[in-house]
Formats: sequence, structure tokens, C-alpha cells
Amino acid sequence: MIAPPIAGRIHATLQSRSIDPAALLRAVADPGAGATALFLGTVRNTHDGRPVTGIDYHAYSGMADRHLHAIVIEASQRYGACAIAVEHRVGYLGLGEISVAIAASHERRAPAFAAARYVIEEIKRRVPIWKREHYVDGTREWVDPTRDAGAATPETANELLSTAVSNGERGA
Amino acid sequence: MLPTTVTVLLFASYADALGRPRIDVSLTPGSTVADMVARVRDGHAERLPARPLVAVNQEYAPYDRVIEPGDEIALIPPVAGG
Repeated sequence: MIAPPIAGRIHATLQSRSIDPAALLRAVADPGAGATALFLGTVRNTHDGRPVTGIDYHAYSGMADRHLHAIVIEASQRYGACAIAVEHRVGYLGLGEISVAIAASHERRAPAFAAARYVIEEIKRRVPIWKREHYVDGTREWVDPTRDAGAATPETANELLSTAVSNGERGA
Repeated sequence: MLPTTVTVLLFASYADALGRPRIDVSLTPGSTVADMVARVRDGHAERLPARPLVAVNQEYAPYDRVIEPGDEIALIPPVAGG
């Protein structure tokens, strides 16, 4: 099967500097867009009722960059967005800081929302990034979402493979 | 054939569990991802899950995949981005 072409411009980075949502909005600005969806993930002050003071984000750089990029290409192919930009933080973040930002511009609002939603859900499912929460009592713990159901297993590894075919059209 | 030494990258909770960011294991030619996981768990079985996710050359890999010389291998703890 030949992958459909990338519909629009894409931008995907893992970074230690703080995220500027306005810069993402500029990156996806497009005269053909009638809608731009912006999603921000921020550091929350509690987890399962425990007071949190901040979060360390660690990544398998290389693999994380590669998968972040692939996810944005997939979203572009699926939804035909004008442009999609994603930035994810690594390092220590205090309360309220932006850990991830996704902007998607499209002719129409429904696919703009859908593209942004696809990117965040796929990040949570397969990009090798980990977070260690710092609690008020001074302890720290790695967050393990597999305590909930539905986690990936070696048997489902194939479902985690990137399906996008990069054609080198990396923009803005 | 002689066994070869393979470096396995560890991250986050797995790096903490073994107290190091990588571990070298000895594998015979033709060894699979499952064989590699078994070697890594030798002596550390209580500190790692029985079937962790594995990436080979930065893609998730099934346990029957054969490991080739020069492959970049990593154990991937449950991811928690976003």
C-alpha cells in the first residue's frame, strides 16, 4: 500500500526549553485554515489524591523524536490538516508548566480537533517518554499508566509501529 | 559461534531498578529478543517485569525477533508522556 502524501506542514520537537504556545500557533498559521485547535498539557498539583510539586520528564531521545515525528505525519495523512506542530518538554517542570503543546490547523474545525486529539493520544500510547512525580513529602515516583488496563505488551508490539512513511517534507 | 556482547539501554524505572543506564549481556548468534530479556533478568528477576516492552533500532519489537550485531536495543518501561 502506498501511503497518502503528507497533507501539510509539520513540526515536532522534544525540548528542554519552555514551550511558547504562540510560537506553535504561528507555525501552523495558514491562509487556507478556517480552524486551529490548540491542546496544552500542563503539570497538575495532584495525582490520585497525592499532592504533587513538580514532574521530571525523561525521554529515550532518538526514539522519542522519531515517534513524535511519525505521529504528526500520520495525523497529517489521516486528517489532511494544513499544518500540525507538537512540542514536548523534557527535564524538570513546576506546577502549571506546559509539558506538551499541539497545534493543528485545518479548513474545518472537526478535523482540526481530531488531528490534535490523535497526536496527544498516540503520544501517550507509544512515545518513549517517562515522568517522575515529586510529592509534597519529598518522595518521587515514576508514573506507571499500565496500572490501568489496556497497556501495550510484547504481543501487541506490532500495533505500536509507526505506520507513516516519511517523505522528507518537513516544514516550519 | 562465539557469543557476542550486546548493550541494552535502560530508562526511567528500569534504570533505577538496576541502578544503571545500560547493561551488557552475552548472546549467542541467532538469539531473539526473548533470549536477551532472559539474560538481562538473570540475577535481577525480582526487579524487572517478566515481559517488558523492547525496542530494537528505536522501533517496538516482538519477542521472536532475532537480534543482529549492531542493533540498538532498549527495554521500554510503561510510557507516560503528555
